[in-house]
Amino acid sequence: MTGAREQVARLLALVPYIQSRREVPLDQAAADFGVRPEQIVKDLNVLWFCGLPGLEMGDLIDVDMDALEGEGVIRVSNVDYLDRPLRLDSSEASALIVALRALREGSDDDVRPVVDQTLRKLEAAAGDAAAEAARVDVLLSEQQGQVDQLREQLTDAVQRGRQVRLDYYVPTRDESTERVVDPLRVVHADGHTYLDAWCHLAEDQRLFRLDRVSGAEVLDTPARKHQGLRPRDLAAGIFQPSGDELLVTLRLDPTARWVAEYYVVEHTREEAGGGLTVRLRIGDPALLTQLMLRLGGAAELLEPAGLAEDVRAVAEQALALYA
Amino acid sequence: MTARKSERLLNLLITLLVSRTYVSKERLRAVIEPYREAGDDAFEKMFERDKEELRSLGIPVEVGYVDRAFEDEPGYRIERSAFELPDIDLTPQEAAVIGLAARVWQHAGLAAATSDALVKLKAAGVDVDRAALNVVQPQLTAEEPAFEPLWEATRTRTPVRFGYQGSTATSPSTRHLQPWGVVSSRSRWYVVGLDTDRGEPRVFRLSRVRGSVETDGEAGCFGVPPGTDLRAITHRLAPPPADRTAEVLARAGAAHGLRRHARASTEVSDREGWERLTVTYGATEAFADEVLGYGADVVVLEPDDVRNSVVRRLTEVARTQAVSL
Repeated sequence: MTGAREQVARLLALVPYIQSRREVPLDQAAADFGVRPEQIVKDLNVLWFCGLPGLEMGDLIDVDMDALEGEGVIRVSNVDYLDRPLRLDSSEASALIVALRALREGSDDDVRPVVDQTLRKLEAAAGDAAAEAARVDVLLSEQQGQVDQLREQLTDAVQRGRQVRLDYYVPTRDESTERVVDPLRVVHADGHTYLDAWCHLAEDQRLFRLDRVSGAEVLDTPARKHQGLRPRDLAAGIFQPSGDELLVTLRLDPTARWVAEYYVVEHTREEAGGGLTVRLRIGDPALLTQLMLRLGGAAELLEPAGLAEDVRAVAEQALALYA
Repeated sequence: MTARKSERLLNLLITLLVSRTYVSKERLRAVIEPYREAGDDAFEKMFERDKEELRSLGIPVEVGYVDRAFEDEPGYRIERSAFELPDIDLTPQEAAVIGLAARVWQHAGLAAATSDALVKLKAAGVDVDRAALNVVQPQLTAEEPAFEPLWEATRTRTPVRFGYQGSTATSPSTRHLQPWGVVSSRSRWYVVGLDTDRGEPRVFRLSRVRGSVETDGEAGCFGVPPGTDLRAITHRLAPPPADRTAEVLARAGAAHGLRRHARASTEVSDREGWERLTVTYGATEAFADEVLGYGADVVVLEPDDVRNSVVRRLTEVARTQAVSL
């Protein structure tokens, strides 16, 4: 019986919605309530049988059926006592207030005062329900504004089917490269926003993390179609082993245990004293060297032995620079 | 069937809303047709269910006595001031801000709550037109399965228990928490509250919660200590602002990532093939991590704490990664 509950909730908003505008086209009301016009007509039919206690002549709510059937316009009368919507409940108030705070974080000096004023008015109107929102806080990272802007720009390129020129930084290779891509979609996964695209430089499908894009230009050239190319399924996360990664064995001190959570680990063994021996897959030898240097003495690379040698060589070269 | 029940609920609501006094069950039965037609037991059941259904919509159905002098006959009413959304007068720009905010949540449950709020505001006469403002649209995502139960527990002040994999713990352990708030920092969600096992406030990262979040007490059974400053806690989770500078040497044509937050130093490098850069950074160890990622392509000149951290770790690596036998 959730149907009736939803219908009553909608009617409690629909009646004041129409009264505050005197009359509303049916299609407009359906769009504003996110339902089909047929549903709004059903809702209005319920109103016919409602009104002041006793439901004598003159007590019933009046829906102008001629206007509805003839012009497709909704008018209601004899329902002055329902001219305001129901209060916001605490889940509605907190969801909206937190969204406004996120908007505030991302806005510039011109818009922020407007957002502040909106927040004040909304908090005042929501009353007690707004108090719950004080328990939620959102802090966007410094880069978030840039990422949001890029996301809008790239989403637009996806929708219009345009190629994009990207300046993209690849940390494992420490290089910034310019490339032209055919964008497929913008997607959020594992805490980052990515562009999934066909890359003409790599001649393959690639994911581009937006916080590593230093420039993007939407081109006039249409994106090319690639046979059989589908957006990647990221339900299982960003890192999907392809099988040709390096398989390495590390001995981790207790302070370096976090490594086991950040990489795809094949096998772990607890060591005396809280250490851990892990076997994990890593995409690139350069990434492994970077990781080992950061870990300092907190980890030891057991296999492959040749790479341990390389890591040590890099450390010694770097140390020599400080001599 | 749905329509008949909607009519009944709405007529009950109107009766309770327009009455200045508490309305007795007898009177409700007299004026609402389906109640009148039902048998005594069926009426009682139907009325109880209807009343709860209205309350679940957030409608404050109050109970009192029809005649205060006698306190014998219970009655019901809906107080208009607790029922109605107060006046909210928004400028077109402010209404546009609301329209933008309605699209911020990428989480299904919260997106639905926001659109319900928006419908009520439209019903209050607010005309939402997004086109009036030129603002970049932020998005809030919450992929962690623990997000929704912990958000709800925070809202309703309900104690919870959950499995938690600490960053240094061997295996997940069960934690008991009175959640004070959820906070987001750099796209990650955290829950802040009183860890009742330890008797101290703690912060838990939602992505480390294992298994389901269970309720562990009555809703509303604890309070958030006055003066709890979530914003301060959120700021502690965020990395410090990049307000410090370091002087480094970078090999020409290398360290592109570092150059993204560096500028050419006022001093010239005294080494051939190296460039001197002034780099901004926030935290010592995190910056040392970054420098170490460039191996033998970057040398830290100052400050000393960064330089020492880099040298210490390089020395350890050279010693630990012993020549294989």
